[in-house]
Amino acid sequence: MMTQKTAQTRHAEVRYLEGGSGTPLVFLHGAGGMTPEDPLLAALAETHHVYAPYLPGYGETEDCPELRDMLDYTLLGWDLVKAFGLTDPILVGHSMGGMIAAEMAAIAPNDVSRLALICPAGLWLEEHPIPDMFTFMPYEMPGYLFHDPESGAKLMTSGLDMNDPKFLQNYLVRNARQLGMAGKLLFPIPERGLAQRLYRIQARTVIVWGASDRLIPPVYGPAFAAGIAGSRLVTVPEAGHMVILEKPADVAAAVATLG
Amino acid sequence: MKFTWFNLMPWPYLPDDFREKNRSVWVDIDQRLFDPAKSHEVYNTYMDLLEYADTLGFDGVGVNEHHQNGYGIMPSPNIIAAGLARRTKNAAIVVLGNSIALYNPPIRVAEEFAMLDCISGGRLVAGFPVGTSMDTNYCYGQIPALTREKYAEAHDLIIRAWTERDPFAFNGRYNKLRHVNIWPRPIQEPIPPIHIPGGGSVETYDFCIDNTYSYSYLSFSGYLRAKVLMQGYWDRVAERNTPDVSPYRAGFAQTICVAETDEEAERLYSEHVLYFYNRCLHVHPGFADAPGYRTIKTIQTGALSQYAPPRGTYSQLTWKDLVEGGHVIAGSPETVRHRMEDLIKGLNVGNIFCLMHVGNMPADKCMYSSKLFAEKVMPKLRGLLPECEGDGRFWCKPLANRATSGTLPQPYSPARAAEAV
Repeated sequence: MMTQKTAQTRHAEVRYLEGGSGTPLVFLHGAGGMTPEDPLLAALAETHHVYAPYLPGYGETEDCPELRDMLDYTLLGWDLVKAFGLTDPILVGHSMGGMIAAEMAAIAPNDVSRLALICPAGLWLEEHPIPDMFTFMPYEMPGYLFHDPESGAKLMTSGLDMNDPKFLQNYLVRNARQLGMAGKLLFPIPERGLAQRLYRIQARTVIVWGASDRLIPPVYGPAFAAGIAGSRLVTVPEAGHMVILEKPADVAAAVATLG
Repeated sequence: MKFTWFNLMPWPYLPDDFREKNRSVWVDIDQRLFDPAKSHEVYNTYMDLLEYADTLGFDGVGVNEHHQNGYGIMPSPNIIAAGLARRTKNAAIVVLGNSIALYNPPIRVAEEFAMLDCISGGRLVAGFPVGTSMDTNYCYGQIPALTREKYAEAHDLIIRAWTERDPFAFNGRYNKLRHVNIWPRPIQEPIPPIHIPGGGSVETYDFCIDNTYSYSYLSFSGYLRAKVLMQGYWDRVAERNTPDVSPYRAGFAQTICVAETDEEAERLYSEHVLYFYNRCLHVHPGFADAPGYRTIKTIQTGALSQYAPPRGTYSQLTWKDLVEGGHVIAGSPETVRHRMEDLIKGLNVGNIFCLMHVGNMPADKCMYSSKLFAEKVMPKLRGLLPECEGDGRFWCKPLANRATSGTLPQPYSPARAAEAV
């Protein structure tokens, strides 16, 4: 059971979800956001004390114009760790959240000893360009995000009708808030120089990838693994970019190997 | 009234099955559809037409900026404007405009606009669009949520560069310049008139009101649909206690086709108008509005991007639909005059951007339509706003005595010099 709370940082008042008990773990969501019902949060909370902030523009956290670039969001991550009162929590990030977590670990390598990156953004391989998610139509999303797009569409919309104008209008506003923020890190190419900083990461790192990821193709897994000394790559079969929805138990099990 | 003859410069060779075979006329349009050799003819014809408009007595000739776009082969309007500055005599050079967030550093705009103003003898009307999402975000890679902040900074920098007379340091977030000191600077003092294209956001209304800039609504959906948006602007002008409601505070773009009769207009122009609405406006909706480009406030007011027609695209519209719906004002001079009066009075606009070239219209038809408009329609509309006739705040102030291009003296000749002694 996750509870919503508020953390005050210098630039943003951040809502976050907290639940479970055990080793502290900070989870950073991807560009699609998160909900209190996310099964990965529940799975992680069985064995960890989970803190999952809504980044600015997501959930009830207001947009924050003062935060503009990768460094701003990396430092927001550390400001949040401090606001939660934590020292060396396990850092877990999915997609854009994985990019932020990796940057946090690279900028402050002595402050993070365990890191889980779930199909993170942040690298760009010329031979494997990542599709431009900022041009996707709503109906195209499931095809990129899920191993099984049909059941994926239902997971995304909780069964609501994508053709319903009211749903679409809310979708537009939510999309503008969320992807407006995400664009600061991911538009037009989801790469902000992480490749030249990856070597700094000292944390024991597990990298998790859905074998059917059509947004950030699985070939990026080995690229991250090669950049982070001693890291371990776990590939989850029959899962796409939203491996956290499609195979949450597998992801939680991979994270659990960090302790 | 100020009538500006406008050409979007569409590529006129999009194939009949363009819609079926291509997802977008913009951003990722098929390279192979562009033929550089053919464009030589196209560019020169289009520039000739702009020059022709000057001879017909239009108040301005207009150019604009689009990128990777099948209906606008003018990524650099300043290049076209430079040609016009030389080859036209009287018309204002209306550059509507330069997307100032895209120029790095933006003093490039201050410089090029200054050059245009100097070459044309003070005939520049400057435009500062944010730029469409297609241009600014998808083609030029600007981060959507930061585009407006970058635009605002570029604007401040350009105005300071035009108005300050001593070098200054500009420590912006997006531009750091230690020695701003543009050379040349515009003829028009303190600055050339500025028009801002907008699509219905309150922030842009206020920006125009605060700076005494003219608000331009550049729509392709015609004056009937523009009513709500323009009323929003005028309401805001009233709300802000603006000292006047001069119609020159606003501009509107309208597609116009004139013939001897209504029937002739349909016969001559419908294929070209349909070419524009069916092929040229075929924009992939995924490019219409990058998340973060428009403010949440603007989205919540329900203003949809004009490039994202919600249901039923333009392709389903017939000539009759387009004319009756006001997308296009077409017909005999009398018909066009009536509808233009409705437009001018209904929207209270003093600046009309006349889209006289449409789609794949050939030069001769375009000249016919433009000439009829200039001779039989324009004179009758001139007196429509008598109370504001003297409002020069939103138009250029050219030098009284201007150079004539192409009038060099004979080259120096030693023999002649010797004779003269």
